[in-house]
Amino acid sequence: MMTDNHIKLPEGSIEKTTTTLNLGPTHPATHGVFQNILELDGERIVDAEQTIGYIHRAFEKIAERRPLYQITPLTDRLNYCSSPINNMGWHQTCEKLLGLKLPKRVDYLRVIIMELARISDHLICNSIVGVDTGAFTGFLYVMQYRELIYEIYEEICGSRLTTNIGRIGGFERNFTNTAFQKLERFLEEYPKVLAEFNNLFMRNRIFMERTIGSGGISAERALNYGFTGPNLRASGVDYDVRVHSPYSSYEDFDFIVPVGTTGDNYDRFMVRNEEMKQSLSIITQAYRKVQEFKGAEAEVFHADAPEYYLPEKEDVYTKMEALIYHFKIVMGETDIPPGEVYHSVEGGNGELGFYLISDGGRTPYRLHFRRPCFIYYQAYAEIVKGSMLSDAIVTLSSLNLIAGEMDG
Amino acid sequence: MEVGELPEGHVGDGFFTTKLSGLVGMARKNSIWPLPFATSCCGIEFMATMGAHYDLGRFGAERIGFSPRQCDLLMVMGTIAKKMGPVLRQVYLQMAEPRWVLSVGACACSGGIFDSYSVLQGIDQIIPVDVYVPGCPPRPEAILDGVLKIQELIGQESLRRRNGEKYKELMESYGIQ
Amino acid sequence: MMELSNETIRQKLTDKFGEFLTDWQEPYGLLTFTAPKDLNLKVMQFLFDDTELRFQFLTDLCAVHYPERTDEELAVVYHLHNLADNIRIRFKVFTPSERPDVYTATKLYECANWMERETYDFYGVNFVGHPNLRRIQNVEEMDYFPMRKEFPLEDQTRRDKDDEMFGRG
Repeated sequence: MMTDNHIKLPEGSIEKTTTTLNLGPTHPATHGVFQNILELDGERIVDAEQTIGYIHRAFEKIAERRPLYQITPLTDRLNYCSSPINNMGWHQTCEKLLGLKLPKRVDYLRVIIMELARISDHLICNSIVGVDTGAFTGFLYVMQYRELIYEIYEEICGSRLTTNIGRIGGFERNFTNTAFQKLERFLEEYPKVLAEFNNLFMRNRIFMERTIGSGGISAERALNYGFTGPNLRASGVDYDVRVHSPYSSYEDFDFIVPVGTTGDNYDRFMVRNEEMKQSLSIITQAYRKVQEFKGAEAEVFHADAPEYYLPEKEDVYTKMEALIYHFKIVMGETDIPPGEVYHSVEGGNGELGFYLISDGGRTPYRLHFRRPCFIYYQAYAEIVKGSMLSDAIVTLSSLNLIAGEMDG
Repeated sequence: MEVGELPEGHVGDGFFTTKLSGLVGMARKNSIWPLPFATSCCGIEFMATMGAHYDLGRFGAERIGFSPRQCDLLMVMGTIAKKMGPVLRQVYLQMAEPRWVLSVGACACSGGIFDSYSVLQGIDQIIPVDVYVPGCPPRPEAILDGVLKIQELIGQESLRRRNGEKYKELMESYGIQ
Repeated sequence: MMELSNETIRQKLTDKFGEFLTDWQEPYGLLTFTAPKDLNLKVMQFLFDDTELRFQFLTDLCAVHYPERTDEELAVVYHLHNLADNIRIRFKVFTPSERPDVYTATKLYECANWMERETYDFYGVNFVGHPNLRRIQNVEEMDYFPMRKEFPLEDQTRRDKDDEMFGRG
């Protein structure tokens, strides 16, 4: 029998049927620091609000203080899973502003590095999608091959992760034979590894049921939200900067751009997977093209631009012009021609753009990075409304949000 | 038979005597439960350290946890911005004694290359740090070296350290009760 | 059908907006012009709706601070992209820094939401009609707009590093 002694609920709590959950900045499933405040009705998400800026490092302000080549280490730390792509994009922006033309061999070497970085980025994303659905093995197995990619970077530039690879005008040194041997070993072994990784996930009943139908977005909404990269291609729009505005001789290569249909998590996984296979094919083609250069042409690894590219040390000690150029470049006193340029490259997450305004001084007047993660993370609230909490977690990792790129 | 590195003590026929702090230290140092507080690029190098190639698990730190209530070692990897500072401090305060802090990477140690208005110039401005691992990012071997130094510290720590005057003064200087 | 080129776009825009659009340039092949700040939405709507122009993708939205241009210190720069014909265009609107009000583009492009918040956070540009105009990257309590040229890069309250150490003292 009910009496008046039963528990009294707080004011307004009967009307409120939702729970507020803070998927906070420190959470194992958020790969990076960003916060989501979710309104849950049981397990269903009713609303979501995002907070970012927990790793805001003021790249754009720092760049106004530094000469052009000192900005490369900053670009490394944007999308740090594929830093060579950021570096190359920045170097190409500078070369566009300075009007430098690069030899073909340098372009092909750049393509090899950028596609290796793309494989490295997609590997992390896909294996983490696996981890978030509970399959840890794929991640550990595939990390071995990321180590091999890191070894290739180390041979070329000395660093594993934040590479600062290349220079304005080319590369700092020619690729050694060891680098090419490691590349050959990678090209030989990796396809089998990718096939085995696919075996674990592609037709796996549990994975498919978790990812198909969750986290989808239509092509019109994706375009309105400014999506680019694999997330947009999974929704059905075949926009790839490498095809639309080819840079670094991408028009010489033969590759397809994989496209999905519904834009859900499974489509994103499959698009990234197929892109890795296409990247392998591009690297093989580029490697063959590089091997066709013989003799003196095989020693070319930078453009002939003495005002912007450090001259050889022997020349610095013997020739007057080389000494002056060396001094000016190292002290950062080379003047950049005034102008404004926008250049974009296909990063691991989409169109990574660099908007550079120079007023003729030694440092940029304004440098703005068009960061794809920042732009498409806005759509997260719309994507997860109505889905379950566990789907929201998988969507978060399949969108491949890198906090360094988001906050910048 | 030598099984591992034993603390100093007297070995006898079927028995081994040592100080309690030595035994407790040995147990603690070989079974650390770390909390990876990975914010940026150093976090990816940490993922490589956890992987099979550089394997952090062979030093006993196999069980990575994300709940501060259950972990001993707070590994701060990556830049800490001023917006993130209170969050880091909250996580540190939620950890139970004994707790250690490993600061991985130049950004966590001193702000790194980001000498800007929004980046905290070193996490030791808000929490006490035990071991600093420099590098940008440090190689996985360097992170392992840092963990090994933490293990040395843990192995030699006195059992009454956390109740002593010096420790209380250290906590006071950070505003932690 | 006629191939869309920079001249065609310029012709169509001047036919519609006439003398309001100024400062036509083509740095590195990208058509650039300046529009008065009250017309920014009308220009974008025209570029969006026109069946030939079809600039339906907002690539980027950012601001630049020009302290020496009195009454026009802050410039908001829009980069638009026509994906079907693969043409980009850039236009700028200028606004004074005392009352930097610019109409928001969020009704037309959803992605302008956070880009405008970031522009507000860094430069203080007030986007009229924005659903949620508050700081996004910096802490909520910050009371100045850090990317403006008059503010320093470094945190002035830090004790361990100073300008003397870096040779700038």
